Amino acid sequence: MGNNLISVNNVSVNFDYQENFISKKQKIHAVNNINIKIQKGSFFGLVGESGSGKTTLGRAILGANKISSGNVIFHDDERDYDLTNMNKQDLKEYRKKAQLIFQDPYAALSPRMTVRDIIAEPLEVMKITNSRQETDERVRDIASKCRLNIEHLRRFPHAFSGGQRQRISIARALVSNPKFIVADESVAALDVSIQADILNLLKQLQTELNLTYLFISHDLSVVAHVCDVVAVMYLGHIVEMGPSRQLFKNPKHSYTKALLSSIPSIDPEKRSQAIELKGEIPSALNPPPGCVFRTRCPNPGIDCKGGEIKMGLTEVEPGHWVDQCCAL
Amino acid sequence: MSHLLEVKNLDVKFDTDEGRITAVENISLSVDQGEVLGIVGESGSGKSVTAKSIMKLNPGNTSYNEDAEIILDNENVLQFTSKQDLKKIRGGKVSMIFQEPMASFAPAIKIGAQMVEQLLIHKNINKDEAKSISINMLKRVGIADAEKRFNQYAFELSGGMRQRAMIAMALSTMPKLLLADEPTTALDVTIQAQVINLIKDIIKEYQMGVIFITHDLGVIAQVADHVAVMYLGSVVEKGPVNEILKNPKHPYTKGLLQALPDINNLDAPLSPIPGNIPSPLDRPTGCVFRTRCPHHNPEGKDGKIEMKLIEVEPGHWVDQCGIKCGQNG
Repeated sequence: MGNNLISVNNVSVNFDYQENFISKKQKIHAVNNINIKIQKGSFFGLVGESGSGKTTLGRAILGANKISSGNVIFHDDERDYDLTNMNKQDLKEYRKKAQLIFQDPYAALSPRMTVRDIIAEPLEVMKITNSRQETDERVRDIASKCRLNIEHLRRFPHAFSGGQRQRISIARALVSNPKFIVADESVAALDVSIQADILNLLKQLQTELNLTYLFISHDLSVVAHVCDVVAVMYLGHIVEMGPSRQLFKNPKHSYTKALLSSIPSIDPEKRSQAIELKGEIPSALNPPPGCVFRTRCPNPGIDCKGGEIKMGLTEVEPGHWVDQCCAL
Repeated sequence: MSHLLEVKNLDVKFDTDEGRITAVENISLSVDQGEVLGIVGESGSGKSVTAKSIMKLNPGNTSYNEDAEIILDNENVLQFTSKQDLKKIRGGKVSMIFQEPMASFAPAIKIGAQMVEQLLIHKNINKDEAKSISINMLKRVGIADAEKRFNQYAFELSGGMRQRAMIAMALSTMPKLLLADEPTTALDVTIQAQVINLIKDIIKEYQMGVIFITHDLGVIAQVADHVAVMYLGSVVEKGPVNEILKNPKHPYTKGLLQALPDINNLDAPLSPIPGNIPSPLDRPTGCVFRTRCPHHNPEGKDGKIEMKLIEVEPGHWVDQCGIKCGQNG
């Protein structure tokens, strides 16, 4: 425990799926047997392609998705919260402490509410403040921390650009004074020049307000820049995890290597050294047995080709974990 | 030698309830056969509007200026008004690949039927020939089981597969010019790498001219021969891809490059471009970038310097205000 804020222990999330009412019920294995520890004050990155389960895992940690097996523990100062075994009162408390920033700042803000009302809503819903005056004070305080002008508070979201809207969403997430923030693709919808601004803001708020982030993104360069620790997900499994610089400098898993090589280089003279992955991510309805990546792996070993090696992380360097299939 | 496509002094304006919006101002571009022109810019910079003008796909409230010319294959597209003429360019000489392949296929019509339909309009062939051309094209873009996919609907295909089918459809009429509007933005990186390689192979094979629109400078570096950088409806810098990315002159181009997280240089700070993109309703006079320019020179600040591209090195054109500002920083 000690320094950890969140411990995720053997968490799996399955969804029921039925193609039509006469067909057999199946299970979608969205997240499989995940173990992560998120340290206090860290910027934990979760990368992977669409369908890899990153959002599901993020939502499970917030208690927004049902966890099928395993548990998530939130280590607060005074006590621990076990997410799989929580009563309504605890859940209310937890919601104040863990918040979500969404991807699309255009969809996340109600067009009929003023910015002040949008930011104040969590305070009112969670009954954190007792008077309107107190609410206004908190709203103004957090708005200025997120670099919003006070006169903007009276306007409606349509008057704002993407970057400003994202700052409003951040202010709303932070107004209840949370300790833990899940930022789900929070810069993906923004232009590059604005994206850098929001990333810098998140970093600055982290030190100012003592926040811990789970940063979900498909963009490896962004993750490499802001995160301390990174976990790479593929088809519901973590295939590699470690301190971000070490992981990006010295990737061990073939999937991480392929992902890194696929980032288009800004140098026109270095054209395409991408390790091309054949085909696409398999369906989570029926993942390949053994190593889930083996159907697309550019250099599968003899053992893993047959799917005999089970998924499981091994530590190759201190703190750097790789799925055993590729670590061999 | 005349260019495959030449756009001269194009202005595009939209009449809206709030007034007349200038979406594109005084743009001149050219594309040769077998060449890829990349257009980069952020949202609202007028990239897509420029591309749509080439096919006259902009909505009814659009007005073009009198002296603008879009010359494709020695004909001025802007003067086309009859359906017959427009048909020649839309899907005939020019094809377009859109960003969101799910939204560009009709959801209730089989992919094959959509491909055959456009071939029957543009080529003088019968249904069976159209079908075999379509299936061959699907195979060419790397779709396994092309015969099976031909009889499927768009929702049955994955994102990367749909984008491949879109490319196959756009290419099957053998256009001279391909407009690719953010074709890889909605895709995952590994799929993006596949699609970029595919587009590059096909350009080489068919020797068509391509306008490749994206906001991702990395993608531009990978595919383009020439680049035009757009901001708020104007081209602020254009030239060969190497020159623009390695020796940028305009503060906006420099700013974009600095704002981009580079995985090979994790110690570099991310420097955003200050401020927000102004609304096209109050587009700044003079240099469009002056409201956000970090190094503006005193004259540019007042908006007294008009936008005008000047050739600083052979083929490398920079807006005149930007040259001065660029020297300051």
